[in-house]
Order: sequence, then structure tokens, then C-alpha cells
Amino acid sequence: MTARSVLQQADITRALTRISHEILESNRGSSDLILLGIPTRGVILARRIAAILDSIEPGSGTVGAIDVTMYRDDLSRNPTRAPSPTDIPAGGIDGKTVILVDDVLYSGRTIRAALDALSDLGRPRAVRLAVLVDRGHRELPIRADFVGKNLPTSTEERINVRLAEIDDSEEVTIE
Amino acid sequence: MRHLLSTKDLSRHDAVALLDIAEDMADVAGRDIKKLPALRGRTVVNLFFEDSTRTRVSFEVAAKRLSADVINFSAKGSSVSKGESLKDTAQTLAAMGADAVVIRHSASGAPLVLAESGWIDAGIVNAGDGTHEHPTQALLDAFTIRRRLHGAASRGRDLDGVTVTIVGDILHSRVARSNVWLLTTLGASVTLVAPGTLLPVGIGDWPVEASYDLDAAIDAAPDVVMMLRIQAERMNAAFFPNAREYSRQWGLDDDRLARLPAASMVMHPGPMNRGLEISANAADSSRSTVLEQVANGVSIRMAVLYHLLSGSEVGA
Repeated sequence: MTARSVLQQADITRALTRISHEILESNRGSSDLILLGIPTRGVILARRIAAILDSIEPGSGTVGAIDVTMYRDDLSRNPTRAPSPTDIPAGGIDGKTVILVDDVLYSGRTIRAALDALSDLGRPRAVRLAVLVDRGHRELPIRADFVGKNLPTSTEERINVRLAEIDDSEEVTIE
Repeated sequence: MRHLLSTKDLSRHDAVALLDIAEDMADVAGRDIKKLPALRGRTVVNLFFEDSTRTRVSFEVAAKRLSADVINFSAKGSSVSKGESLKDTAQTLAAMGADAVVIRHSASGAPLVLAESGWIDAGIVNAGDGTHEHPTQALLDAFTIRRRLHGAASRGRDLDGVTVTIVGDILHSRVARSNVWLLTTLGASVTLVAPGTLLPVGIGDWPVEASYDLDAAIDAAPDVVMMLRIQAERMNAAFFPNAREYSRQWGLDDDRLARLPAASMVMHPGPMNRGLEISANAADSSRSTVLEQVANGVSIRMAVLYHLLSGSEVGA
């Protein structure tokens, strides 16, 4: 089956810009806001959203990364995964509003792991979730607060997110 | 990777991957909650037939930080002192459901026997066997060197071009053997310095330079000087005239320390004989990495246990 493009570069940029505005609106400004990307592509998306936030309200958009490998519930079912660095901005997450950022929301298990990882790192005032694509098929009671695009899919399909920073093209495809 | 028995069969890629995982584990040590759930429900047995404090405690802390259950088993005070064989001990541990066995034994090759005998179906980690190998010590030494050289930018780096001089009782040292294989795999060049009586036979086949002259080795300005402990418990013959003679010829005293370049590291796997192979000033100087080595040992052992135990057996 061939891959079908569902989001082009301009669509991705538009979606991230809209998400950024929604974040500022729901947070009533940029105070105490921390964006934490989930490796690998969530970190890139978090950096981009932070850059957009900074262009709207200079000084906002503190960004970091949170690795969830050690908190996954499928560690013993898969080959060993190498963890990625966790990078929490100076000042920590206590009392802040944390926005988790990931590329695709699917079963919700990665986000469950991220919530566990967060609780070991501190006590945020609130945790929100921003994703570029929500493809449905949740296995846990988890939903996204900010969604770039809702993509109804079947479980046989694959969603590929490619971003210019680490891939040679930039688009979201479905195959 | 199912067992860690030796550094000789570690590829450069695997070794760098282990060091990189250890970087992430080291970050955990700086947090308020120093615990990860990765090995919840797994059981790690520390099987120590030889005395050890830092290695056993280090493995215990590492396993606990990964949420594994730890059982400490030392030969003293166990059925081993009643004459139980390694086979029966291993089968007992297997029946209790051990997922990994960390073994230290005075006989070279004991971990290999456990890994290959089929007595126990668990990951085996060699924590020092006789005069053969001590792989986690070499990994933590490489990790310490890499961190001192590259700091926060260590991830993914090897040790290309680093010069390491290992001084002392090479003959009996499992630390030296594991370090020779690992450091050369990572691209470092290794020089061994010892009295002729303490250099092993067949050293010509090792990928190292050997020398009897510590002063010449110091003047060659190595990046790392690693002092080894004189192992009184293995000194069953006259390898050198007396301790003072050894200290004068092959000890890192204040004069030799002053001649080392300011950036050189002084390493020691511990426990140290202060005044014998290393002077108190050398041990306590800012160039000494002794305490960093201990701290890094926990991170490395977490990485090894995670690597051996986290994946599925079919997929790994």
C-alpha cells in the first residue's frame, strides 16, 4: 500500500501556530508555562511551539524534554530500548503548567508513562497535552487538550510524521 | 546481550551504547526521587564468594534505583561455608526465581560456568572473577574518563586518541584486563607499567605497550594514570623486595604527581593502599577521580542491569 500525504509542511506550521495561540488563550498568558517534548519528534515539535510562543509573547516558551522509556508498560515485551535524555528546564516543574508535546496520540500509553515520569520529577500545577495528530484507538482514559489534526484511522494503518530537523522531508503520511 | 562476562567481546557500538544509557542513569542520581520503575518485579541476586564492599553496594543501589528486588548472598554465613557446590547454589537461586545473578568469585571463569551450564536461566553479570575480568569496573572507568574529557557533550563519544597508563600489579589484576580490552576497543592507547615479575606471560599478544619504567611513562604525559592496588591476598610469592622498594619505583608519589600535566586524571579502582601505590596527596588531589568512579559505578551498573533485564528474551 502506498503512503498518502495528509499534512504538508504549511499545514504542520499552521497547526502548530494555532496550537500555540490556543495554549496562550487557555493559560491566560505565558506565565509559568513549560513545554516538555516526548522524544524523539515530540521534542522537536515542543521547540517549534516554544519558538512561536516566544514570537507572540517574548520571554515565554520554556522548553525541555521528558523521556518515558523507563516508565513504559511494555518494556519486558520488546527488545531493549535505549533511553533518550530528559532535560528539565532550570527551576523545575513544581507549581508550573506543563504542556506535554508528542507527534501522534494513539493508545495513550506513552502519555500514561509520561505522567508517571512527571510525578517523579515534581508536582506541576496542571498538565496539558498537545499533539500534532490524534489518530484515535485510545486504550486508556486520556485525551489531548490541543490537537493539530484529528485523523480517523484503522489499526492496520501507519502514521508517519517526518520533520525537517531529523528527516529529509516534512510531512505526515498515512499508509 | 544476555550476559556481561567480559569486555573482550563488547563491540565499540555496544560499549558506547552502554555508556550512553549510563549518562541517562546518572541524571536520575541528581533528582529528588532517585528511582525508575523499569525493573519492577524483577529479582537480582548478588552472589559474592569474595569480600567486597563497593562493588556489592554499588550493584545493590543500582538494582534498587531500577525498582528491582535485591537479594544479597555472601559465601560467609551461607550454605557455601557448609560445602555447598556452585551448582547447587545456582539451582537454589533458580528455584527462587532470580532474573539476574551478579557474581563475584575467586575462580576465573566461574561466571562463564554459570552462564553456560544451564543450571540457572538468568542473566549473569561478572562482578570480578579471579584474575580474569571485572567488566563493570572497566565500563565505569571509561565512563569517568569520557565525562572528565567531554562533560555534558559525552553522549555518543568514544575514546579515540586518549592515552592511558595503567600501573601496578597487572599480573593479578582483573581490572587491568577488562580495561585493556574495553579502552582499546573504544580507541584509547594503553601502556602497562609494572615490575617484570608482575607483568603476565603472553602480554606480547595484548594490544598494549608494556614498560618497567614509571618515570618514563609519566614524562610521556598520558591523559590518564590508573594506579592498581597491590593485592596482598594474592601475593603468594616474592614479586618485589619490599613495600618501600615498590613504592619508590612504581608508586605515584608527590614528585611524580607534580610532573604530570595539569589536565591528567589519576584513577584508582579502590580500595587504595595509601602510601604504597598512591600517595595521600595524589589520592586527594583534584586530579583524582576516585570518588567520581564510585558514583559513576552506580550509573554504569544501572545501565548494565537495564540492558540485560529490560528487553524480552525473544526479541533481544
